[in-house]
Amino acid sequence: MADLAIRNLVKRYDKTEVLHGISLDVEDGEFVVFVGPSGCGKSTTLRLIAGLEDATSGEIVIGGRVVNNLEPKDRDIAMVFQNYAIYPHMTVRKNIGFGLRTSKMSKADKDARIDEVAGILGMTDLLARKPSQLSGGQRQRVAIGRAMVRDPAVFLFDEPLSNLDAQLRTQMRLEIKKLHQRVGNTIIFVTHDQVEAMTMADRIVIMKDGHIQQVGTPAEVYHKPANTFVARFIGAPSMNMLSGTVAQGGLRLGSGEVLDLRLDAADGYPVTVGVRPEDLHPGDGPALVRGPVTVREPLGHETLIYVGAEGQEVIAKADGRTPPEVGEEVTLTAALDTLHVFDAATGNALR
Amino acid sequence: MSIAEEIRPTTDALLKTDAPKKPTNMGQILRWMLLFLGGVAMVMPIAYMISTSLKWPHEVYNLKLIPDEPHIENYTYVLEDGRFYWWFVNSMIIAVITTVCNVIFDSLVGYTLCKFRFPGRYIIFIAILSTLMIPTEMLVIPWYLMSQQFGWLDTYWGIMFPGLMTAFGTFLMKQFFETVPDDFIEAARIDGLNELQIWWTVAMPLVKPALAALAIFVFLGNWTAFIWPLIVTNSVEMYTLPVGLSSFGDEADVAWELIMTGAAISTIPTLIVFLIFQRYIIQGVVMAGLKG
Repeated sequence: MADLAIRNLVKRYDKTEVLHGISLDVEDGEFVVFVGPSGCGKSTTLRLIAGLEDATSGEIVIGGRVVNNLEPKDRDIAMVFQNYAIYPHMTVRKNIGFGLRTSKMSKADKDARIDEVAGILGMTDLLARKPSQLSGGQRQRVAIGRAMVRDPAVFLFDEPLSNLDAQLRTQMRLEIKKLHQRVGNTIIFVTHDQVEAMTMADRIVIMKDGHIQQVGTPAEVYHKPANTFVARFIGAPSMNMLSGTVAQGGLRLGSGEVLDLRLDAADGYPVTVGVRPEDLHPGDGPALVRGPVTVREPLGHETLIYVGAEGQEVIAKADGRTPPEVGEEVTLTAALDTLHVFDAATGNALR
Repeated sequence: MSIAEEIRPTTDALLKTDAPKKPTNMGQILRWMLLFLGGVAMVMPIAYMISTSLKWPHEVYNLKLIPDEPHIENYTYVLEDGRFYWWFVNSMIIAVITTVCNVIFDSLVGYTLCKFRFPGRYIIFIAILSTLMIPTEMLVIPWYLMSQQFGWLDTYWGIMFPGLMTAFGTFLMKQFFETVPDDFIEAARIDGLNELQIWWTVAMPLVKPALAALAIFVFLGNWTAFIWPLIVTNSVEMYTLPVGLSSFGDEADVAWELIMTGAAISTIPTLIVFLIFQRYIIQGVVMAGLKG
């Protein structure tokens, strides 16, 4: 086990810079999830940590040792790939034991280690099988087993669940989390799925266009998003964004309502007010949005309502038993302490 | 009514197959005709080879497929002629060594060109491919002069050296290595294997069908090679089978019946090679199909 640090990491392909000097400290035993849309640089960062690509500049430190010039095999890491990368011509036992090929352990020790890992993953009965005889989830487990068998300082997971169906994904998510609690190694996990990130991570790293947008616990990034990108990316359905301006010591919204929110900005300064659908509901209080219900999505215990206002559609949650009708004019409100205020120009959080 | 009588109508109904008869249309007939003609074209030379090997010399120019007096004297003669064994062994040594070398070298180069990024990679690949455009006939003289200079005339090495690696094989292997996902190679790299180990333990087993196809091509090509072995060998003991067989007979007459006998015998190893490797080739075709 070891901690990991990235300092001013830059990656350039010819003239295109894809990582613009990112820095991050990961503590020993921490489960960190990199999340972001396609092309945000999360997989590139992982590949740089693994040593599959060379950093243009910057430092990668694993366990207090700068590893930039080390081969992948000397970095004390193991990686689980998106398409599992388990070898179809080898049995499960050989696949799991593959990571030990170059180790100096005795054959008996190797076998014992493979059996131990297979036991942890509940695959003891499958050791003699070939990958073609396994289900998707079992293949994924073999891939994890191959990484575990070497007991690396850091585990790297590159979107390992994206090839699984929804049900299996939820199950494997739980298994990986349990596995982490059991073995306690440092894990860096890359995904584009914010639910995966929220449910598994000790800390989430949200990336966009080769920059880190925010690093924080799931609760932090959810409740205190650093900017509009993070605010929209985390949480489903996405946060509603309303435009407004600083006025009379408060905030004036498009609906005409002036909210009692103190901001350190000049009158007329444009802002964006974010409110999560689960905080927005029909009722009395400051009227954030007024408009007709366009669509209803009943979920049972509650109903999502889409309300058209100011040329956009906002999503709110209404009671599941007596939701407003489609076409009905509603006034949506939210508690002031649930509102997020961002600078309209930069997108950064003001409050 | 007995039980048998009772269930009879049911079983009758079950047994009756009333699948509609497929209409035989002209297109289908034409297709069968073409296939039949193709089949005849393929089988006739082999049939004539075997038929001629069973004929007496005076019958050879008679085009009858069934000899008047079939006999196996030719086989006894060829097999009792010590030279035939020499040629057979020469051909076998050359074909086997060349095949092994091609499988190793072609796939090494193909793998390198496919999986490594280095400057000049594309130029090297094009250069290798462009050698496919140079006919063997043009190369024979430079090869001969080279062999003469190095003292390779009339040696195994002299016969083998032009074919130890082929542009076609390199191309074939490069294309097949494209189907091996990079993740497999990177995973092995992280697991601490060196590049040669990755090639051998990870990449090679995944392209077995291509290796089998390459092995068959190279083996057949060398087993039946004629022009170069004819030029580079001088002594009868160094002849390969095709060269040796062509020497049956004398200036006045070619002993076709003996040549055909030798040819018939010499097809046996190629059949064996094909039978060994065909499983992989079919497997390869199936795999390619599944991948879509």
